[in-house]
Amino acid sequence: MKLIVNGRDKQFDGLSLQTLIASVSKNPEHVIVELNSGIVKKDRWEQTQLKDGDRIELVTFVGGG
Amino acid sequence: MQNTISQIQDPLTIAGETFTSRFLLGTGKFKNKKDLADSIESSGSQIVTVALRRIDIETHEDNILQYIPKNIKLMVNTSGARNAKEAIRIAHLAKETTLSNWIKIEVINDSKYLLPDNVETIKATATLAAEGFVVLPYMSPDLYAARELVKAGASAVMPLGSLIGSNQGLKAKEFIRILIDEIDLPVIVDAGIGAPSQAAEAMEMGADAVLANTAVATAQNPALLAKAFRQAVEAGRLGYLSGLPSQKSDAHASSPLTGFLYEK
Repeated sequence: MKLIVNGRDKQFDGLSLQTLIASVSKNPEHVIVELNSGIVKKDRWEQTQLKDGDRIELVTFVGGG
Repeated sequence: MQNTISQIQDPLTIAGETFTSRFLLGTGKFKNKKDLADSIESSGSQIVTVALRRIDIETHEDNILQYIPKNIKLMVNTSGARNAKEAIRIAHLAKETTLSNWIKIEVINDSKYLLPDNVETIKATATLAAEGFVVLPYMSPDLYAARELVKAGASAVMPLGSLIGSNQGLKAKEFIRILIDEIDLPVIVDAGIGAPSQAAEAMEMGADAVLANTAVATAQNPALLAKAFRQAVEAGRLGYLSGLPSQKSDAHASSPLTGFLYEK
C-alpha cells in the first residue's frame, strides 16, 4: 500500500504502525506519532492497522535552542 | 549573624523547582555529539532545550536524548511554529514522551529577523498553561506583552538580548531592565548572547538566568566556552547580589588623601 510518511510517499507492505516505526527508526522509544492528524500513543502502535493513503508524521528530538 | 560568602544560598526557582545553575544551554548546531555532551557537562546547566522535528527516514540518525544526562531538565522548544496553533500542536506532541512538561514557546513568523511574535506567543502560553504545561515563552522584550504573559500563566519570561544567533549581546538591555524591574517572574535572557562578558552583563543587571546556544555550539572549543559562560553567569550573579556601586563621571581616589610622606 502507499502511505504518506513525513510528507513523502512511501511504499509499505507491513500492517501495523509498530512495524512501520521499527523499519524507519533505531530509537523508537523517543518517536512520537501522528496518524491522520491524531496522536497515537505508544501502547496502541501494535494494534493500529494502517491502510492505503494514511498520512503519518513521525517526529523525534533534535538539537535546538 | 550575617552569612559568610560560602554559605550564600541563591537558587533559581521556576514553577516551584529549584536549580543551582543559572545558565541554560541550547543543544542546536553542535558539530558533533561529543562536543554537545562535553559542553553540557562543563556548562553545569541543569536545564537544556531541544527541538522536535520529523525523523529522517532515510538516514536513521541518532536520537539526541542519549547524549543528555537523565538528571537534566529537558525543555522542548516549539521552533518551527509560525502561530499559536502550531506551537500548541508541537507542545502536545512533546508531551507524548512524558519526559518533561516544560515547554519553551517560540513562535516566529518573520524569516529575515526571526523575531518572536508576542501576540501569538501569549495565545499559546494561555492555552498550554491552562492544560498544565510549565510554559517559558521566548519573547521580544516589551513590558505590556510580558504582563500579558504573566496573566496567561507563564512560569518565566525569556526576552531576547539581540537577534537570535547574532552574537550581538545585550542590544535590548534597557528594555530587559524594565522587565526585570516590573515582572515578578524569573527573567531569562535568551538569544544573541555571544560572549561570557555579555552573559555577565545581563546577570549584573539582575536577570535571573541566561540561555546560550549558538555561541557555544559554534566556538572552536565548545566545552571551554560553556565553562566560561558558566563562570561568567555565576560572577555576574554575585556582582548583582553584592549591590554594585553606581558609575560616576569624575574621579575618586582609592587610597587615603591624607598622611602623605611629604606633609610637614
